[in-house]
Amino acid sequence: MACSRDQGEPEEEYVVYEPIPVSLDIPEFFSSAIVDPVIPPNNPLTKEGIALGKKLFFDPLLSVDQSISCADCHMPINAFTDKETFSEGVAGAKGTRNSMPLFNLAWNYDERFFWDGSAFGLERQVFHPVTDIKEMGNTWQRVVNDLAGSKEYPVLFQKAFGEEGIDSTKVSRAIAQFERTLISSNSKFDQSLRGEIELTQEEENGLAVFLDETRGDCFHCHGNPNNPLWTDNIFHNNGLDSVFVDLGLGKVSGDPADNGKFKTPSLRNLAFTAPYMHDGRFETLREVIDFYSEGLQPSETIDPLMKKIAQGGVLLTEKDKQDLIAFLLTLSDHQFIASPDFKP
Amino acid sequence: MRKFILYCTLGCLLMFGCSNDEDLIDKESYVSLFLRMQHSWDGESITLSDLNTIKYENANGEKMSVERLRYLISDVTLEKEDGTFIALEDYYLIDVSKEETMVFEISDSIPPDTYKNISFTFGFDNEDNLSGVYPDLNAALWNVPEMLGGGYHFMQLEGKFLDESQEEIGYQYHAIKAVDISGDEPVFQDTFFTVDLGSVTIEGEEELQVSMDVSEWFNNPVQWDLNELHSMMMPNFDAQVMMFHNGQNVFALKGD
Repeated sequence: MACSRDQGEPEEEYVVYEPIPVSLDIPEFFSSAIVDPVIPPNNPLTKEGIALGKKLFFDPLLSVDQSISCADCHMPINAFTDKETFSEGVAGAKGTRNSMPLFNLAWNYDERFFWDGSAFGLERQVFHPVTDIKEMGNTWQRVVNDLAGSKEYPVLFQKAFGEEGIDSTKVSRAIAQFERTLISSNSKFDQSLRGEIELTQEEENGLAVFLDETRGDCFHCHGNPNNPLWTDNIFHNNGLDSVFVDLGLGKVSGDPADNGKFKTPSLRNLAFTAPYMHDGRFETLREVIDFYSEGLQPSETIDPLMKKIAQGGVLLTEKDKQDLIAFLLTLSDHQFIASPDFKP
Repeated sequence: MRKFILYCTLGCLLMFGCSNDEDLIDKESYVSLFLRMQHSWDGESITLSDLNTIKYENANGEKMSVERLRYLISDVTLEKEDGTFIALEDYYLIDVSKEETMVFEISDSIPPDTYKNISFTFGFDNEDNLSGVYPDLNAALWNVPEMLGGGYHFMQLEGKFLDESQEEIGYQYHAIKAVDISGDEPVFQDTFFTVDLGSVTIEGEEELQVSMDVSEWFNNPVQWDLNELHSMMMPNFDAQVMMFHNGQNVFALKGD
């Protein structure tokens, strides 16, 4: 609506925008199988907020030299990660953690984000990469000034939040809104659960290996067909190292009992998210499976669920390894990475 | 806090009160009843700061730690002196690492009275132990694989112990419905059990403290040998039955 500021003032007019509320398009199985997603009351989804978040996500304006956007390290075609072991930030700087894929983030019930859980809440997570010198290297003052000085953003923010003004909180809220819409729910396995397709014998055996406590025993941390997330979203030391170069959760909590613990990643979209682990040490899924089968390293904080540590791992047969990989690949969602909704 | 609310709101239903003079009871006098779960090792309280430290010794002499303890209770029931009862059809997943899960409101409409027994089911009975039907338990990855009969875990107690050569070894004391899958057809045996806590007098809003003595899981009647049994106990029928027996003396109403 257009309103006159005051009847006694000149004919300067301003526009009041009312953002249009949007409900998250929750897949039926997500609704029936697990608890509702986390959407903070102070950041409800709106059509304009999501659109703004998407634009910001793909805009290099957020970086200090305007060279990289969020999407440079979180590419749609890679399920919103990239192919690098360590992503390259501004001026060629590199971090020490593998870029995490982004999908189904609204179902992270404990709301701890990053490999080490250092960010509580999706909105707060957004703050880190913008100012990290190894990522975007910017300052919020500069970001806000650049956004305010652009032709498009002032009105887009006004439309998204129903008021004038741009600040870091609004940037983080808009991006978080967009990120919550990144829902992956149409893998081959999802289709098989819906009765639309059948798994091969190899894939079925791979699932059996996955769920068998005496073989793969993957399900305690990575879930089962009753939960579409394929992660527990909590932190474990899975036996990567005996000596920790990176303390992970332990550095955040200060508790030595947390040293070497990292967040369990989802097994969805593994076909697009190599390399694997928090430090991207494994180039292929085969390397990952070989690690769990024969390569576990003991340490004080290794998770009790890493049961066969004394033998080096779960000692899978060659066929079980191949079938397990075949099953894991059924969790990849080609429709998700091709969705125009998630591209600039 | 979110999960606390979740656990307390999911189906907190007063299913049936069987008192003959129910109509005569002033429902305005009904009160809230809370349970607070506490955990100890042979009388010594287990707190968050105790997790991960090898500081306990079980009946078999093994030094051990508790790193993770989650368990499920369901169907809290109050039995009146006249033999009628109030059955509360609900369940609670207690996670010792999450303080907010350790206390929960059983009901906000309990008639003040002296009850000759309060009880609950450890785990799920067969009527409730249905695969995949509880979203909060699915979200917690509490499921049991279908190859073991499906349904849900009753308990996950995990940690490390020192074996005979003083090496730290992980243990996973996971309780589920016992199943033997060695033959052509799985053979099941119930391992949920009713925990009778004894009499309580409820006068006003009440918080009952229920204690789990974790050491009892390794003690009575089976003196548990972690060197022999520390891993892959879900598909181990005999281990599940032993857990069932040892669980009988684990819980008590604090103050008894």
